[in-house]
Amino acid sequence: MLQKTLAALALGTALLGAGHATAADYAIDTEGQHAFVNFKISHLGYSWLYGTFKEFEGGFSFDEKNPEASKVNVTLNTASVDTNHAERDKHIRSDDFLSVGKHPTATFESTSVKSTGEGTADITGNLTLNGVTKPVVIAATFIGQGDDPWGGYRAGFAGSTMLKLKDFAIEKDLGPASSEVELIISVEGVRK
Amino acid sequence: MQWRNTPSHYGLLSIALHWLVAVAVFGLFGLGYWMVGLDYYSSWYKTAPELHKSIGILLFVVMLGRMLWRWINPPPASLPEHDRLTRLGASFGHTFLYLGLFVLMLSGYLISTADGRGIGVFGLFEVPATITRIPSQEDVAGLVHEYLGWALVIFAGVHALAALKHHFIDRDRTLSRMFGR
Repeated sequence: MLQKTLAALALGTALLGAGHATAADYAIDTEGQHAFVNFKISHLGYSWLYGTFKEFEGGFSFDEKNPEASKVNVTLNTASVDTNHAERDKHIRSDDFLSVGKHPTATFESTSVKSTGEGTADITGNLTLNGVTKPVVIAATFIGQGDDPWGGYRAGFAGSTMLKLKDFAIEKDLGPASSEVELIISVEGVRK
Repeated sequence: MQWRNTPSHYGLLSIALHWLVAVAVFGLFGLGYWMVGLDYYSSWYKTAPELHKSIGILLFVVMLGRMLWRWINPPPASLPEHDRLTRLGASFGHTFLYLGLFVLMLSGYLISTADGRGIGVFGLFEVPATITRIPSQEDVAGLVHEYLGWALVIFAGVHALAALKHHFIDRDRTLSRMFGR
């Protein structure tokens, strides 16, 4: 009985695996930190303010021949926000913005990938931020892949999406020019 | 009234320092409470915190001077009609007020200097950052500053009520002494 079950499992796994023969799983390189989750928002309509989340992890699966089967997930520590100004970072962590006490993590989990051209794709997925989960579309670009000089294999992407602060229950009014923030992601994955 | 303390009376300098600090503490609390709720487009959004920090730094200098003066010229003895428990309570209370105020000012300093920035004082000079980049420094210091601020201002209120109790119920010189009588 047990042997039969195991055999069935093995067969099933083999069959499932066959369809994804060339798809590979990658871990986002946070160890060497070749990955960034940045954001950009207007200050009064006069300049761009940039910030970053320093702590996150995640991975993706990617097959160059079948990019629409790709998947990506990222989890980040909202308290790790850094805009190069401690007082502002403290304010962003407060209930006026990210409420990091109540919502310590933000996540993105892709649901579908649609190729939009040579090396570009729209990645649709659920973004959970400030306790609100909403579908967003990340316009992504494949940057490159190949062997690295240290025996590994890497692939990298960049992508961005616009978020309305109000959509994620951030009610603090920063003025008409600052109602939206652009999330800019640049990740390099190391093949597992 | 002379400017030095005597064994039975407070002198002018101690009295002036006491009331100056009292006004500053309640003023800073009110200013702090008000400024954190300001709208981003309020004309005070930037100036109120600058004022709060500038006054806070000056208060720190004044408090150092007050401690020094207390050491050079100790305050008068407790009133003879006060029993041991009253004296002990007063002593603990005053220690908490002094200590609490120093920790409060230090925590405020640690918020604003967490990233290595100094604190400008009325645009005249800048106090440099010293302790920086402790993990979550601005957040932990911020919590201490918020809760201790409330605790201190409530405790200062209790201190004031105790003085009024001495004046109106016990009818002793505790409060009048702080006016030089």
